[in-house]
Amino acid sequence: MNSSALSITKLNHTFGGELQVLSNINLSLDKGDYSILLGLNGAGKTTLFSLITRLYNNQTGSIEIFSQNIKTSPSKALANIGVVFQQPTVDLDLTVEQNLQYHASLHGMKKSLALENAMSELKRQNMEDIIKKKVRELSGGQRRRVEIVRALMHNPKLLLLDEPTVGVDIESRKLIVKHVKSLCKEKKLAVLWATHLIDEVDQEGKLIVLHQGKILANDVVKNILKKTKSKNVSDAFDYFTKN
Amino acid sequence: MHIFQYYLCFKGIVFRESLRFFHQRERFFSALVRPLVWLAIFAVGFRSFLGVSRPLGQPENWPYPVSLVPYELYITAGLIAMIQLFNGMQSSLSMVYDREMGSMRTLLVSPFPRSFLLVSKLVAGVSVSILQVFAFLLIALFWEIEPPLIGYLTVIPALFLSGMMLGALGMFLSSAIKQLENFAGVMNFVIFPMFFASSALYPLWKIRESSEILFYFCSYNPFTHAVELIRFSLYGQLNETSLVFVFIFLAIFLMLAIYGYDPSRGFITKKKI
Repeated sequence: MNSSALSITKLNHTFGGELQVLSNINLSLDKGDYSILLGLNGAGKTTLFSLITRLYNNQTGSIEIFSQNIKTSPSKALANIGVVFQQPTVDLDLTVEQNLQYHASLHGMKKSLALENAMSELKRQNMEDIIKKKVRELSGGQRRRVEIVRALMHNPKLLLLDEPTVGVDIESRKLIVKHVKSLCKEKKLAVLWATHLIDEVDQEGKLIVLHQGKILANDVVKNILKKTKSKNVSDAFDYFTKN
Repeated sequence: MHIFQYYLCFKGIVFRESLRFFHQRERFFSALVRPLVWLAIFAVGFRSFLGVSRPLGQPENWPYPVSLVPYELYITAGLIAMIQLFNGMQSSLSMVYDREMGSMRTLLVSPFPRSFLLVSKLVAGVSVSILQVFAFLLIALFWEIEPPLIGYLTVIPALFLSGMMLGALGMFLSSAIKQLENFAGVMNFVIFPMFFASSALYPLWKIRESSEILFYFCSYNPFTHAVELIRFSLYGQLNETSLVFVFIFLAIFLMLAIYGYDPSRGFITKKKI
């Protein structure tokens, strides 16, 4: 048994039996790890997230979340995950509170506890005044942060973020990055953040380079820079993907 | 997950569907307008030369207290089932939309079993359709559609079962449809044949007089049995054959829908969620 927050071994995935989108993926995340999954559009990031969250079943290999296999114990595994998808998934016609309550019920949480958790998360982000507002009235950045609040409501131990800053202005992006990093430190939350934006890579954190369905690098940023003799992450990324 | 958490999850799904329903008032009214047009124009127009009389030697096919009923009274059960059919299809359309927009993911990554989530969503949709049916029955009083008072109670379980069956069919279709644009085409192949090849507008024994083949087709149409179950229950009676058919079709459609949304086997794995 493995006690990692996330452990993926020998994972392959094809669509329709022909198009191979992921090939021999092996990676693991520990509690408190902040890992960036960096890849171009079409690299396989969203498919990987869909497999981790069991939107698709893995065809080969295994995915374990805190030792719970997503295929054989999906309920226990999913209970540990908070996820922010690339596409916004909040209901625009409902208020923030109604959206959060709906999510809480999908995790079997009582309304009072759900509201308490939601308020404390909203307060951390100075957003408590939006709780009664309809999501439609919020800015893009606020909507994304509501999605992060929602993903954290049931106190998950692993947070998955699939390009959470797409369509968000620079200021909001900074706030989101800062907030997630602080969660990582304070709550010992394991974070896997998928992005194609190099400036979102944390110099202190871990970097996983995914290219054409294969993991080309998986190490702390400093080691990757040293190994590739690169000055920055952009050069290191080019080193892996263009060689 | 223990039983109370299942209850909370179920309540949350029903609450969300109700909220969405009340936010889409046009949907409520359009669902009422459709059967009312049939009742107020089509049925009234046909009334002058169409009445439906008790079939000779087939008392089991006749729930009404009199031997001859006006046409608008006859088609009421069919129009009620029509509300449920459209509601089931509307729910599945919104599932395809949710899938395209991404909000379906929120539901599917819940730790509760997917079959439980889908059944909860179905029950939520059926509850909404029962409200629509009662609003229709209230307005239908103006056309002297007055089933016995007990009928308003005995029709509820029939509405629940037929609504679940039609909703499960819609859910299965939503799992098999790749894109929103394909939905309209599929609806034409489902709604119209189901509605017209049933006992909603004309009794099966009348169809048999014209075409034996069509009669058999209509006899095995799940919508026919939804209509007959509702027709009898509206008069405090039980049509056992239709009840059995509705149960069987409900089981089949539900299994297909659960299969369709199963991440390892279903059609959903073959397309973007």
